[in-house]
Amino acid sequence: MPDHAATHRAATHRAATHRAATHRAATRDVLPDHPAHLWRNPEPRRTYDVVIVGGGGHGLATAYYLAKNHGITNVAVLERGWLAGGNIARNTAIIRSNYLWDESAAIYEHALKLWESLSDELDYDILFSQRGVMNLLHTVSDLREASRRVHANRLNGVDAELLSLDDIERLCPIVNLDQGVRHPVLGAAFQPRGGIAKHDHVAWAYARAADALGVDLIQGCEVTGFDIEHRPGHGAGRIAAVETSRGRIAAGRVGLIAAGHSSVLAAMAGIRLPIQSHPLQALVSELLEPVHPTVVMSNAVHVYVSQAHKGELVLGAGIDTFNSYAQRGSFHVIEQQMSAAVELFPIFAGAHVIRTWGGIVDVAPDASPIIGRTPVEDLFIDCGWGTGGFKATPASGWVMAATLATGEPHPLARPYALERFTTGALIDEHGAAAVAH
Amino acid sequence: MLLISCPWCGPRDEVEFRYGGQAHVDYPADPAVVDDAAWAEFVFMRDNDKGPFAERWYHAAGCRRWFNAVRDTVTHEFLAVYPVGERR
Repeated sequence: MPDHAATHRAATHRAATHRAATHRAATRDVLPDHPAHLWRNPEPRRTYDVVIVGGGGHGLATAYYLAKNHGITNVAVLERGWLAGGNIARNTAIIRSNYLWDESAAIYEHALKLWESLSDELDYDILFSQRGVMNLLHTVSDLREASRRVHANRLNGVDAELLSLDDIERLCPIVNLDQGVRHPVLGAAFQPRGGIAKHDHVAWAYARAADALGVDLIQGCEVTGFDIEHRPGHGAGRIAAVETSRGRIAAGRVGLIAAGHSSVLAAMAGIRLPIQSHPLQALVSELLEPVHPTVVMSNAVHVYVSQAHKGELVLGAGIDTFNSYAQRGSFHVIEQQMSAAVELFPIFAGAHVIRTWGGIVDVAPDASPIIGRTPVEDLFIDCGWGTGGFKATPASGWVMAATLATGEPHPLARPYALERFTTGALIDEHGAAAVAH
Repeated sequence: MLLISCPWCGPRDEVEFRYGGQAHVDYPADPAVVDDAAWAEFVFMRDNDKGPFAERWYHAAGCRRWFNAVRDTVTHEFLAVYPVGERR
């Protein structure tokens, strides 16, 4: 009698060995080698022409355009943590330029035009997808406000249109158009050129390109103070160097581009900002089949949602009202946001929340950024992008690079000077900012 | 979710409260002589401390009274609550 058990064991062993070999072969074919590092990790030099404080999207973009547009490559980007670990990693990746006022349309549309060629520019696929951004309207005043904004957008060369319920159903069939819900959808505004990008790729692409042009990206380097030279008759003095956890770094000019921590940094230089820091939360579902073809925002019930390339639904929640640096918010903010999302998209009731997170946003009183000079000579600031900075990344970097290169605010940045809170020339974009604050 | 101790009602859920921003911001004593820079300071500039921060809360769904608190903006821990008009 053959030993069936032994034969079976041998066969099982052969099969297992074969599987393992096949697996090894398959992984060699399927899994790539560890990719080349995208940037160096240099030791900081003792002196730079320009030091940028903050290695997020805006800081990296600024460094890139300083090198690319202005030929200034003796530049350091100082990052307390790791590159692109703050709000560039925490946003909902929505891109649009449909802001109300001329100053805003100009800078956000400049950004959108840069987005449209950014993958080529940086030779890195940032997965920019112009799937359109739809703003739902729920009340008569919503409709009037949207009509005003759509016309203002068109006058400024920003693509914008008003949608009927039929249009909405055609563009995004999963929106609940039932008029019996608490906040029925009455119409929408639409920007076809809006969309999403892969936020991590954006940061990595800028970082790699800046590094290749000679910019030093210095991680794990916390700014602890500023060395400001005071001379009689020179006001608040002139920046001479940045004190860091890795020593003193002299700088010709310094740019503070630190989002949520802008007030903390500015205070080290004796500067007061009209900025409040708040948590802003977002969340994702599990990976789903494609169900959501566009980006939908509703300011009235507070939903903004898209479906990422991988398949997860990405939803933004509101800000917590209290000041915080904790990078986390309260659960009821998410609960409130989800209840609105499920009413607008009944199909989402079957999805699960897989991950929630928070970032710290720097909110200005008029929901517009602060870009330009500070009272300290050669110390410039780019902050206050609040809840909507991701979409502006290329333009923020573009204008800040020009400002740091020339010492004069770029024309697109001029209206965003810190002085506007004294002159009263505010740029009130609470209506176009997605998140109420 | 914060658990906030109202000085009058005791510990209650955050959703019962409204936030009022920085505490102890005085209205200009003589508004007629205040210049633009001082108005900007009063209207727009606020402390944005990382760490203990004196702030106002309103118990909207409770006793409907304002009070002040010192809360750590990194840990969210409430270090003190005290009635409006008292010093920090």
